[in-house]
Amino acid sequence: MITTTLLFFPLVIGILLFFLKGENVKKIALGASFVQLVLGVTAFVQFDKKQVVAQYVTNIPWIKGMGINFHIGMDGISLILVLLTTLLMPFIILVANRNTYKNPSTLYALMMLMQFGLIGVFTSQDAFLFYIFWEIALLPIYFIALLWGGADRIRITFKFFIYTLAGSLLMLAALIYLYLQTPLPHNFSLQALYDLQLTEGTQNWVFWMLFFAFAIKMPIFPFHSWLADTYTDAPTPGTMLLSGVMSKMGVYGALKILLPIVPMGVNDNAHIAITLAVIGVIYASLLAMFQKDYKRLIAYSSAAHVGLIAAGVFSMTYNGISGAVVQMFAHGISAVGLFYVVDILVDRTNTRQLKELGGIRTVAPVYATSFMIIMMASIALPLTSGFIGEFLLLVGVFEYNGWLAGFAGLSTILGAVYMLKSYQVSILGDKSSVSDNFFDLVWQEKVILFPLIVLIFVMGVYPKPLLEVITPAVKNLFTIMEVTIK
Amino acid sequence: MKELIWLVPLLPLVGFLLISLGKSYFSKSLAGIIASAMVFGSFVISLGVFFDVLNGDGKPTTVTLFEWIATADFHVNIAFLVDSLTSIMLLIITGVGFLIHLYSMGYMHDDEGYAKFFSYLNLFVFFMLLLVLGDNYLVMFAGWEGVGLASYLLIGFWFKNQPYNDAAKKAFIVNRIGDLGFILGIFLIYTTFGTIQYSGVFSEAVNMADQSPTIVAITLLLFVGAMGKSAQIPLYTWLPDAMAGPTPVSALIHAATMVTAGVYMIARSNILYSLAPETLGFVAIIGGATAVFAATIGIFQNDIKKVLAYSTVSQLGYMFLALGVGAFTGGVFHLITHAFFKALLFLGAGSVIHAMGGEQDIRKMGGLKKYIPITYMTFLLGTLAISGIPPFSGFFSKDEILAHAFNVNPIFWVLGVLGSMMTTFYMFRLFFLTFMGTFRGTEDQKHHLHESPKTMTIPLVVLSVLAVIAGFIGIPHVLGGNHWLEHFLAPVFKDSAIHHHGSELKVSTEYALMGVTVTITILMILFARNKFVTKRFVPADDSVKQGFIPRLLANKYYVDEFYNAIIVKPLNGLASFSYKFLELKGVDAIVNGVGKLVVFISSQARKLQTGNTGFYIFAMVIGILIILALNLFNK
Repeated sequence: MITTTLLFFPLVIGILLFFLKGENVKKIALGASFVQLVLGVTAFVQFDKKQVVAQYVTNIPWIKGMGINFHIGMDGISLILVLLTTLLMPFIILVANRNTYKNPSTLYALMMLMQFGLIGVFTSQDAFLFYIFWEIALLPIYFIALLWGGADRIRITFKFFIYTLAGSLLMLAALIYLYLQTPLPHNFSLQALYDLQLTEGTQNWVFWMLFFAFAIKMPIFPFHSWLADTYTDAPTPGTMLLSGVMSKMGVYGALKILLPIVPMGVNDNAHIAITLAVIGVIYASLLAMFQKDYKRLIAYSSAAHVGLIAAGVFSMTYNGISGAVVQMFAHGISAVGLFYVVDILVDRTNTRQLKELGGIRTVAPVYATSFMIIMMASIALPLTSGFIGEFLLLVGVFEYNGWLAGFAGLSTILGAVYMLKSYQVSILGDKSSVSDNFFDLVWQEKVILFPLIVLIFVMGVYPKPLLEVITPAVKNLFTIMEVTIK
Repeated sequence: MKELIWLVPLLPLVGFLLISLGKSYFSKSLAGIIASAMVFGSFVISLGVFFDVLNGDGKPTTVTLFEWIATADFHVNIAFLVDSLTSIMLLIITGVGFLIHLYSMGYMHDDEGYAKFFSYLNLFVFFMLLLVLGDNYLVMFAGWEGVGLASYLLIGFWFKNQPYNDAAKKAFIVNRIGDLGFILGIFLIYTTFGTIQYSGVFSEAVNMADQSPTIVAITLLLFVGAMGKSAQIPLYTWLPDAMAGPTPVSALIHAATMVTAGVYMIARSNILYSLAPETLGFVAIIGGATAVFAATIGIFQNDIKKVLAYSTVSQLGYMFLALGVGAFTGGVFHLITHAFFKALLFLGAGSVIHAMGGEQDIRKMGGLKKYIPITYMTFLLGTLAISGIPPFSGFFSKDEILAHAFNVNPIFWVLGVLGSMMTTFYMFRLFFLTFMGTFRGTEDQKHHLHESPKTMTIPLVVLSVLAVIAGFIGIPHVLGGNHWLEHFLAPVFKDSAIHHHGSELKVSTEYALMGVTVTITILMILFARNKFVTKRFVPADDSVKQGFIPRLLANKYYVDEFYNAIIVKPLNGLASFSYKFLELKGVDAIVNGVGKLVVFISSQARKLQTGNTGFYIFAMVIGILIILALNLFNK
């Protein structure tokens, strides 16, 4: 029941918001997102950690003739991502509330629909349903970026849309093929696809079709070129949705579809996937180093982090995959935080150019300290949320190949380079022309940043509640993969 | 008291939180009192823990707080290990830490960031305690990176000044380079032993084959971390720049505690290093080379803090030389004595700078003896201690290192003596130029000269007493002592002891070595006195063109410039190339190209849809004809 409510509640609210006008939409959207958060936390608290299969399941026939069921539920990995989505949503809406957008009812409605799509992706236990939600999740964010984006939004969103859609079509083709391999009467349930006995050759080409879909979505090098423009040009709530939650769809797809369905294909090609991912980590870090635009810099740093998550997934180790799930959660928090502190900066100074900034700390110490803490989480300082995931990911990559881990580890140095450099240029230093009109955080901003900071520390010091939920699901994933390999 | 061990790091953490969250609610001076009280509390408990260990059976105690990170096959706790090595480190960190807190209450009195300063100091102490308390490598790493953060915040404490921020950033990044080595070492420990808990790793390691390449790799990777944190060649360049921070920070973090973390790490992992003689040899070479190299630079520096900074790099080199020749106790012994005399010297320098109204150039000082007598006396004691004049503390620890070095390889001994010679020279150069002769500053400065307040002089006096007597914890057998420290630390190093069965030095040799070093030291003092007191030599102003060698040394061998040319610039070039060429002209251009190709093909195909019925019928007829023709040929 709880899954169904989590899924449809935002849809209902979203449709409702389309027809409303005025200031109320902000409050309704915020209220709804808090209801979702309560539901998400409830699901997390009541989750049975001993059980490995999906919980809170709803399974009713949908299109009977084709063996498609409306089958949703959550295992540990789904749960973490649902929790992340419901947790970030109130923050994103609060950020949106700080600004005035034209047609607010449409914007909030789209954000609600986005949540509908995302939760659908993270809870589907049926491949067809998964695909439907995958596409549903793309539409709202496309419109958000298109309608409220920056100057070059039409070209940028078009590229983003076509690029990710091309990937999804490959996935659709692969899923239909897999569906046709299931015993008669065919069916789309994920379990049925896990049970398939595919030859190694088949697994190989199916791997590549699915891989492209997920690689574009994450994105993995060299399929990342839509990212920087889209992240930079989208309005801040859109950027937060993209980097905080949506970038996890690709990783989740890899964990839920790619690894368990074609484990042999993954086994044969993981070396390519992990190498691309690690190249992407370093490459994105280098690109971040060169950026003069703060938002774009954060966009590339986000790409570097997601690259490492992908590397952990394709290391095919317990630590790498557990690290990937933890880091998806942690990165969601720090990405939203980082984009928000930059948004505050841009909002007050009207520039994103690093060289035009400076001296902010002299007038806004609380802001500067909050920024510093979120930045430290982003560069994985121990006892912050960023460290747990990054450590486990690098352990996983190390177990796969020590040299590759050493290379990927360079990103910890490069991350410090571009983060500290940009912080120094923009926040530190003596008073400047932009700092004169700068003021410290107001309570509406504190309400957003302080809980994020608390989460950063709580997760960094005591990640046990998350890991307890993740571990059985990861073990189960390995059980499925081993069965299929044999 | 062992059961209260968790309070030791918790108190400074609470202090940090109280001050940083509440500083706008209470008076400025309260911040300093809270911070100092917290560290003093930790010191009292540390004393209790120390006596527990002293009267205990030598077995380490583990106190587990909670499970930190656990996956299907990895497991690590937030847990503390208490043994003799830890208890000594605790005393130094909280003891010297408290004195420096006290001192800071005077030194930072007029700074607008007073409360912030104390919150950062407490944060540092917390992480430093975590570093030495951890019962596994990951907790050590957490403290390790944490002290790096505290160091970054304190070097860049005066954040309006961008060169200071540069120094802070450099310290953080260079340390991150070392940290990458450290964390990779931890990964390799985990994949080799299946655990990263000291007890598990060390008990497994004893059973490993001698000279296994894995152990060599592990120890080398860990040592990369130590090179960064403890400022050894080639990663030492951040430490002299770190002098941008307030002077108490230089004393606490960049002399007495944080920079010795690398020494602690190797001493803690002594069994691994004993199993990898190749690495130990490498450690000794790096340590010996750093000791001499940094000392040569120290001779030509004119900034009072820069001299002490290079001296610290050099003295850390000594500690690594000790570890490298297998004298683990000697390394820790020198860590202890150095913590006292170098903290004393830095605080003394701070007192001088305080009196001089911010001036740090020793060429503009002179004759301060009569203006600031307490600083003068205590500084003299510190200088004698670092030079190794018996019976001051530096003599005993240095002598122990040199004796072991001679036993392993006389070349190491020669390096050590060379370093010791230069140390004596530049320290007395500093001392004479600052305190003797006549005052060379401005009239304004002369009027302003005054002894520092009690909060600053009391720590100086306490530290000077410690700098004088600390050597007595390790009086060697040849001098009729029974080396208490060696016995106290023996349980920590017992497994390594089996691996170092080098013959003991003959008593006559030990006396001879001692005689040689003491004689050389005294000669160096006389030489410096002759030059700077009798002949009243003052180093030339920077504008005067100097010979090749002085210029080379004054510019620190141009190492910063060299790193800039071979690392920083190429890296920035690579970033620029990646973005401007690979990304915009490569990856993105290909993606756009594919897009354009699709658009182009579809636009061409679209042209066929002309809407002209005649054209469609014509095309249909042509098509039918082609199909017929193909069928015809196929038959």
